[in-house]
Amino acid sequence: MRFSVKTMMLGAAAAALMTTSALAGTITINTDTSDPGPKGAFKYAIDAFQKANPDVKVKWNVFDHEGFKSAIRNFLTADAPDVVTWYSGNRMLPFVDAHLFADISDLWSENDLDSQLKSAKSAVSANGKQWAIPYSYYPWAIYYRKDIFEKQGIEPPKTWDDLLADCKKLSDAGITPFAIGTKALWPAAGWFDYLDLRTNGYAFHMKLTQGEVPYTDERVKKVFENWAQLVKPGYFTKNAAALDWQDAVPLFVQGKAAMYLMGNFAVDVMKNAGLDESKVGFVSFPTINKDVPRAEDAPTEMVAMAANASNKEDARKFMAFIAKPETQAKMNDILGQLPVNSQSKIADDPLLQQGAKMLSSASNLSQFYDRDAPAQMAKAGMEGFQQFMAQPDQIDQILQRLESVRKRVYSN
Amino acid sequence: MFPRPIERAGTGGRALYQVALPVSLIIWLLPLIGIAITSIRPASDLANGNYFGVPSQIALSNYLDVFRQSPMAQYLFNSLRITVPAVIGAVALSCLTGFALATYRFRTNLLVFFIFVAGNFVPFQILMVPVRDLTLKLGLYDTVTGLVLFHVAFQTGFCTLFMRNFIKALPFELLESARVEGVSEFRIFWHIVLPLMRPAIAALSVLVFTFVWNDYFWALVLTQGAGAQPVTAGLYTLNGQWVASWQLVSAGAIVAALPPVAMFFLMQRHFIAGLTLGATKG
Amino acid sequence: MSTAAASASATAANLEQRRMPFWKRNQRRLAPALFLAPGALMFLVYVILPIFESIWISFYQWDGLSEMTWIGLSNYTELLGDPAFYTSLWNNVLWLVLYLLAIPAGLMIAIFLNQNVIGIRVYKSLFFFPFVISQVVVGLIFSWFYAPNIGLFPQITDALGLGKIAVLADARFVTYGIIAAGLWPQIAYCMILYLTGLNNVSPEQVEAGRLDNAKGWRMLWYVILPQLRPATFIAMVVTVIGALRSFDLVSIMTDGGPYGTSRVLSFYMYEQALSEYGYRMGYGAAIAVVLFLIMMLFITGFIWRMVITEREG
Repeated sequence: MRFSVKTMMLGAAAAALMTTSALAGTITINTDTSDPGPKGAFKYAIDAFQKANPDVKVKWNVFDHEGFKSAIRNFLTADAPDVVTWYSGNRMLPFVDAHLFADISDLWSENDLDSQLKSAKSAVSANGKQWAIPYSYYPWAIYYRKDIFEKQGIEPPKTWDDLLADCKKLSDAGITPFAIGTKALWPAAGWFDYLDLRTNGYAFHMKLTQGEVPYTDERVKKVFENWAQLVKPGYFTKNAAALDWQDAVPLFVQGKAAMYLMGNFAVDVMKNAGLDESKVGFVSFPTINKDVPRAEDAPTEMVAMAANASNKEDARKFMAFIAKPETQAKMNDILGQLPVNSQSKIADDPLLQQGAKMLSSASNLSQFYDRDAPAQMAKAGMEGFQQFMAQPDQIDQILQRLESVRKRVYSN
Repeated sequence: MFPRPIERAGTGGRALYQVALPVSLIIWLLPLIGIAITSIRPASDLANGNYFGVPSQIALSNYLDVFRQSPMAQYLFNSLRITVPAVIGAVALSCLTGFALATYRFRTNLLVFFIFVAGNFVPFQILMVPVRDLTLKLGLYDTVTGLVLFHVAFQTGFCTLFMRNFIKALPFELLESARVEGVSEFRIFWHIVLPLMRPAIAALSVLVFTFVWNDYFWALVLTQGAGAQPVTAGLYTLNGQWVASWQLVSAGAIVAALPPVAMFFLMQRHFIAGLTLGATKG
Repeated sequence: MSTAAASASATAANLEQRRMPFWKRNQRRLAPALFLAPGALMFLVYVILPIFESIWISFYQWDGLSEMTWIGLSNYTELLGDPAFYTSLWNNVLWLVLYLLAIPAGLMIAIFLNQNVIGIRVYKSLFFFPFVISQVVVGLIFSWFYAPNIGLFPQITDALGLGKIAVLADARFVTYGIIAAGLWPQIAYCMILYLTGLNNVSPEQVEAGRLDNAKGWRMLWYVILPQLRPATFIAMVVTVIGALRSFDLVSIMTDGGPYGTSRVLSFYMYEQALSEYGYRMGYGAAIAVVLFLIMMLFITGFIWRMVITEREG
């Protein structure tokens, strides 16, 4: 009997040895690229890197997109890979503060990245240093069904009043104006971001996500008043709280819903669900307050190096490779997104070209509510948004709750 | 016998009972039947809104897709690699502890016994942070071994309760006479008690197999990738990837449920004996 | 034992005595400790010590990455003002109360199935086997059952004229919906306990009851139930523990949503300590301690009863 315990202990020791010993000349890359597009982009980058550096072996682990979010904590502390994908902005801070990401400011200066990756430099900076290489970003916008708009005789909305009129018309015709699924919480945050950016502007939005404005502020209430003009008449998919955003895509594809406020990645899913690309158009979120300059949500994708990486030298080679204009051009070609490097060529896709124009003419780019706000605030905030979409009358209570969370989260 | 045997009821009553049986069973298993039918529905049926009608064809390809498009085979294999050693370990350890607690009188006997019993009831969450930490420190995070060690330790609580009560019910005279003749304690255990414990070992093995196979919480806490994750946690991951593809989710769910179900139907007698120990006396 | 074997082992014992007199003398005293050691050690390391460690951690602020900071009772005072904690606690009460319905429901089905007609064994197995399925699978099955638009349940409510109810999206129904899913295997478990119990009901007493003209409910209440007491006790234990452990179904079916209304303490603890937006190990540990204390109330009760039967038997 004791024999079996002994065997187990031996097994344990063997497993421990196997996980800690890393071969020289090997780098381990952990990515959250479980979806086909991102997976393809990384496959390209890694293959190309290996061709250019035949002496370096790459070990690549692909994690499920959602599972990665909790897995990263564990592997960064216990069994660090060399390179990881992660989110920019506030979501990066816990790892920076815990000394789990490596400072790569020198890599930036050595490779002229300060100018080439300038547009996303602030998103990967903290404490005046750079902690990651941004390689891609993508626009959020209102995607709409051109054919349905034509049939209903309406135009893509430019102003808030346009939007309300379009919604009314669609709703009367038995079409849900907006598809949405809020089970994962963040899709509702896209709405909050845009309503706040258009109502109060970028500077206010940043102050709010940095905890400098109370949630009970009149200006925040105003955002929800605008939102209520869409929620109360039922302009969103019913029972959205039980749906994932992908669950709502078929409604858009089948023509039961006419618009979808989403990130650019949704287009791929719509196409896969059988929608002809020529039927999809997109438009920047309409103006609410004329005096507010137009800012857009454009989350940035990045790779960081683990502070405990076992092969930093080769990991840096890989990071520099990802920063190159050619690599970024090709990766984003596969992703259907925009390269961060200003010297990269953007793919020919018309939707993407239009998106690039929209972003380059924007006054500011925000990351996204759950990247701009600290994790605990983001969670509570997004739950509040989800609740508001189901129970708009509870708004005062929701804002009270968010305010008490704000006070606690930012005081630490 | 209670209730009154149906044979003594009238013809009408008997016929009614014979009809009520299948009808109630169908209602009872309705969600399961729904999932089973969905699992053989072609994707086109779901796209066209045929959610409840007769499937337009029987698409066993869903099952093939589950294996082709996901690491399902790996998940199942991991479950096996976790469950089998965990069962062997927990049953082996509890044979020893059960024997000790059932046959020796010592001052702390009851105390130790009830610590095992109580520990077995605690909420997992109170163990979560320290156990995860310990596993990380041992370098066993995200390994099959890490999960096995925890399961062995935790299941030993329940198994000890079971084994101790079982051995207590064995004829004690046999043991005493062996002792009088000077047979060593270990030989008593090995040659006299262990052979008598066979039914208990069988029952416990089947039971612990099901418990460990079906564990989800610890798989979530102690593993993270397809390399070590068992099928329960894997299914959760796949559910996230297969949003809106209910035919795949259903087929995956059925595949994941099959091993313990098969185990149950093959070893039914042992299974129920294990589960209901103490339901008749005590 | 044959004499030959006995004398053989006696010789062996003699040999041992000469070689290791200490062991021989103290064997009976040391044996229990040796037999207990491996199992007890594992149990100590993985179950007993972590309980105390968790209590310890609950006095700290800790994100699992950086240094731990001692904050005394702050986690607990924060809990007292945390609406999500009260939601979870209330849902735990709901779980506990409604889960107990599994006991009478299991008894009813057991009585219904306790017959000797052809094929009854198959029926019993089929009624029982939801219990064998993992909660993850049960959760997925019921997620499909409740799915808005495409699930079976909204069709049923629609046919009954209630409209298509999306149970998992509706804060009013979501916890009940999940509990119903949990009851499915739990009823099966209670049923099997009672079927075994009914098998052992003494026929003499039933006949005696019949002579006294006890029938139906009276028979059940005065004659049968008292004999089923051991089964009821075990059903009670497993149901209460099951209700307080409810984690899997919440995690699979709703992730605590919509807007946190279906959280239970076990899930809230995990969410705070390990989920994407969490990593508050200290706060999570404090929630776990509360859950542990609630569980201890019941465990103490159960153990008390077991100690009494132990002393009697």
